[in-house]
Formats: sequence, C-alpha cells, structure tokens
Amino acid sequence: MPDTMPPADADQNGAYNYAYLDEQTKRMIRRAILKAVAVPGYQVPFGGREMPLPYGWGTGGIQVTAAIIGRDDTLKVIDQGADDTTNAVSIRRFFAKVAEVATTTHTAEATIIQTRHRVPETPLTDGQILVFQVPIPEPLRMLEPRETETRTLHALSEYGVMQVSLYESIARHGRIAKTYNYPVMVNGRYIMSPSPIPKFDNPKLDRSPALQLYGAGREKRIYAVPPHTQVKSLDFDDHPFEIETWSECCALCGSTESFLDEMIVDDAGKRLFVCSDTDYCESRR
Amino acid sequence: MYVAVKGGETAIAHSLDLVADKRRGDRDIAELSLEQIDQQLGLAVDRVMTEGSCYDRGLAALAIKQARGDLIEAIFLLRAYRTTLPRFGASEPLDTSRMVAERRISSTFKDVPGGQVLGPTYDYTHRLLDFSLAASGERPDAATAPADTASDLPRVGDILQRDGLLEPPPAQKEAEAEDLTRQPLVLPADRPLRLQNLARGDEGFLLALGYSTQRGYGNNHPFVGEIRYGHVPVSFVPEELGFAIEIGEIEVTECDMVNQFAGSHDVPPQFTRGYGLAFGHAERKAMAMALVDRALRAEELGEAATSPAQDEEFVLSHSDNVEGSGFVQHLKLPHYVDFQSELVVVRTLRAEVEKRREQSFLSQAAE
Repeated sequence: MPDTMPPADADQNGAYNYAYLDEQTKRMIRRAILKAVAVPGYQVPFGGREMPLPYGWGTGGIQVTAAIIGRDDTLKVIDQGADDTTNAVSIRRFFAKVAEVATTTHTAEATIIQTRHRVPETPLTDGQILVFQVPIPEPLRMLEPRETETRTLHALSEYGVMQVSLYESIARHGRIAKTYNYPVMVNGRYIMSPSPIPKFDNPKLDRSPALQLYGAGREKRIYAVPPHTQVKSLDFDDHPFEIETWSECCALCGSTESFLDEMIVDDAGKRLFVCSDTDYCESRR
Repeated sequence: MYVAVKGGETAIAHSLDLVADKRRGDRDIAELSLEQIDQQLGLAVDRVMTEGSCYDRGLAALAIKQARGDLIEAIFLLRAYRTTLPRFGASEPLDTSRMVAERRISSTFKDVPGGQVLGPTYDYTHRLLDFSLAASGERPDAATAPADTASDLPRVGDILQRDGLLEPPPAQKEAEAEDLTRQPLVLPADRPLRLQNLARGDEGFLLALGYSTQRGYGNNHPFVGEIRYGHVPVSFVPEELGFAIEIGEIEVTECDMVNQFAGSHDVPPQFTRGYGLAFGHAERKAMAMALVDRALRAEELGEAATSPAQDEEFVLSHSDNVEGSGFVQHLKLPHYVDFQSELVVVRTLRAEVEKRREQSFLSQAAE
C-alpha cells in the first residue's frame, strides 16, 4: 500500500452530499462536539444517523469525522493500531470516496486520525484531531445498566461504585485486573470511558496537545477531551496505576517501548511479538 | 519468518465481488424482478418497510433482492438510504376509521358495526405444503365483494369508550411529534416515542416479549378489540397552502388491544388499551407491539413493573434489530489489542498464584 494516496475521483458522488452527511446533520453534530469540548468528559446525546456501515463498526467515529472533515484534511484510519486491518481499510475507502480527501498512514502527516482501540505511539501534536470509535460510552454501564441511573450518578459525581469495583478487583486478584477501557477522570470532574484502548495508551491521553473526540453511534453520544486537559487513570495511593509491560521486544523493529501484539507462528504454538502500531514500526525499520 | 497480514484492500474488493456473485446465484435460473418480489413476497416487503421506517414497496423490494432475502440486512439497507432523504414535515394523524378494510375482525364481540371481514389470512389455512405451487401454473382470480368505500368503519374501541368502559385514547399533543430518527432516545420516554420505537422494533423481539406477558411475566389480560388491515389516506398540510391535502394512500395493519384494569384510587375499573400499527399486512407485529405497549404502561397505570416487557429502558434499548445486529456482529472485528492486554494480565495473575502455591508448599515442607 502506498503511504500517501491521492484523493479518489468523485464519479458516483452526485447522489450524496460532501462527506455523506447532509449539512443540517453536520451542523447538529458540530454543535454536540462544541458542547462536548466545553464540558470535557461529559457525554452529549446527539441525533445519531443511520450510516451505511453497521452499528458497532465505527458509526460514531465516522459521523464525527464526517462532520469535521474538509478537502484540505489528511485522514489516517487505524484499527488495533494498524492501517491495514480490514475495517480501517473500509472506513478509509469510505472517506476517500465521499469526502475526496487525501489519506495517509503516517501519524505525523494526518490532520484527523480515526481510531479503534489504540492511540498511535508517535506523540500527537497541536492541531491534530484524534477521533475514537466508541462502543459503550458509559464507563459505569457494566456496574449499572440503566441510563437513567448513570446519568444521575454523573450529575452528582457519585462515583463510589467505580472505586468499589476497582477495590474488589484488588481484593480478588491482588491488583487492578482491568486491562482495556480503563476508566479515567477528566479534568477532575467526569469519569470517562477512553474507549477500549489498552490501559497502555491511557497516559497518552493526559494533557495531549491533540483534540480528542469520541463518537458512539449506536448509543448516540459524543464526548471530548480538549487539548492539554488532565486525564487521570483511576487508582489508589497504595495501588498506583500501571501499564502493561513485555519481556520481549518487537521482532521487526526491536522496540521495547511500544504496545506489542502476539502472534502464533507455527503449529507448535511458537510466539512472536510485533508492534501493534504498524506506522510506528515501519518508520523504525 | 512472520509476514505482515497486508492486502486488506484487495481482499475486500474480492469479497464484494463474491457476495454479488452469490446473490445472483446460478445464471441459468431466471433473475428475480423487483415486481416479482413486491407481488409474490409481499409480506417480506411489508416487514422491511415497517422496520425500515420507509413506505416504499419498490425500494424495499430492491433491498430484499440486494440482501438475498436476509430481511434484517434489507431493513438496514433501506434505513441507510432513508436517513439521507430530506424531511418535509409530519403528516396529519392517520384516521384509520376511514380505512377501506380488506380485513377487520374483533374477538370481543360476535358482531360489530361494519361486520367482521375475514379477508386474506393464513389463520384458517391448514399448514400442509401445497405441492401444486412447486409447479408453475396460473391461478384464477379469487372472488371479492366490492369494497364499501361509502361509509366510515367505526372502531370497536370507540364504541366501548362511549360507555366509559374503555379508557379514551390519549389527547392529541399540540407539539409536533418527535422523531426518533433525528433525535436520540432520551429516557424515560413518553408513549408516542415508545410507540415509534416499537413500530421500528424487531418483530421477533416484540413477539417474544408479548408472548412473555401472556405466560405471566407482566400479564395484562388482553383481548383483541380489533384488528384491521387496508388502505388509509395520508394527509399533509403544505406550509404554502395552510390546509390539508391528501397525498396518497398507504396500507396499514392496526391492532387495538383491550386489556383488563382493576382501577386505582382515582379511576374506576375499566378496560385499557395497547396499540399496534405496522405498514402493510403484519398482524403478528401489530399484535405483539400492542401487548408490549400495554405492558410498558405499567407505571402510568400504577401497576408493579416487575417483568422484562414492562421495563421501558430494557425494551426500548434492545428492540432495534439494526443496532443489535451491528453490535453483535462487530465481535467479528479484530480485538487483538484488547485480547493481548487480557493475556498479559491473566499470565501475570497465574504466575502470582503459582508463586504463592510454591511458597506454601515450601513452608509446609519446612514444618
């Protein structure tokens, strides 16, 4: 795959508006985004549309991207850190087609990065926007299934239930056994789901110079972390937050600092570890 | 040596080709036309229009053809198209007493004004495979009586309501109806919004929930006050005219379910209603919807809401098959990263357990 692709030609686009969504819908989504940026970590309900991709496959992120993208943007789409996983390819093709936008695999060249389950290893910079695809925006959902309840808990900052669940994990396992979708406190006010990124990526969210937008299509919620905002992973004084570590290094680039994916390479179950972030890995080889 | 899994782009292109090829099937067999689907698989078209929230037989037939008969996929296709259409406004409420009914039955009275009309129904077919259909052959037209278009068809519920035995329908709201396809569902929802959700809801899901109320999970002692199916005119008030004009007719199935109600502190005992409406001919859907609608009114009527069908948040959040289908199937997407994180922690935890075991073994041996 070439690293930077020119915009696709817009032959069949007559039937749809630029970037698929009609302008009214984009305005509605932009309003929700502005509100989300103004109240970091707060989940703003929005009139999520039915997208031509299935719910649960990134419709929230796609709507956010469609609302903010312009012809001057350069888009990068990753899934599990990789540019070449099928769903990332599919979403990138979608925008190349409906938004006539240049796409890239280089983190540094992208103005918008839509992601599922990872934050790129290469540090983000001012002016970049990271769009997360979010399956379940409510961090308290697995503790309290009712939206009417969790809304009240957020309003009152009544987060004891989350602290208790982390404590129970320590009591049972001797450590906080939550590994991905690890809850964070944003700007000292709202507990937020960072989406199912590994907790390895949580520190990258803290005071990031990039704008973070989170879109949940099926649940119809948008939330945001503005640049340089405090994002603290929940923990206890005697059980501080810690990230995953590997005793191996990347088999391709030798990195000891990146998140590693494990592969099984033969019938005997031999394992190999490689960077999950394909762009980072390739740039180091 | 490890070879990176590349080429997603090409794989997707080939997959698209394959699915299109599969859809067409054996080229020696004549291709289905949209007219054939509309005429001969009409009930499938009805379901796709209902749950797709779009009354267009041609588009629904196209969706069914494209989806190879997978109706949930067809509903998804139709919805994804519908969402791009501009909205001109809301029609006047349908007046189903003006229906030219092809079918109309009540199970609460032996006879009702306007009569019982059996119409086309599978109810009294014996479910024997009709092998004559396996061979093609023309069928003579069925005998029909001319439709009575001269007079309105009063609803059975309205007659009961005159005696105060049945609660009146809710007063018409002044404000324009909210639209679930434009605004997020905010809970608790009012009844019109709930009905909108149920009308779009999956028939199978509503059927199971409605069935559960009959088996005692929130029973509300239902009777079919009336089911009617036929054509109703649709009126719309264009802003520039300021008065209603008829813009067409649609086929709908309406179910008015009559349910027992013991009465409360303020209300004497009377019957209450559950309501179901679907595009086309869809009695199973309309009846299930009416049962669930009534179950969801538990709180309003001062009943204890203890069963799944009475739980508004549970029902409304899980009724949509396009949402459910997408989210269940997203599990097919790669989850390498989350899984890797889980592997790391499970290994760590197991190592710790192993270490503890060894230590306790050693200390026991030392004693």
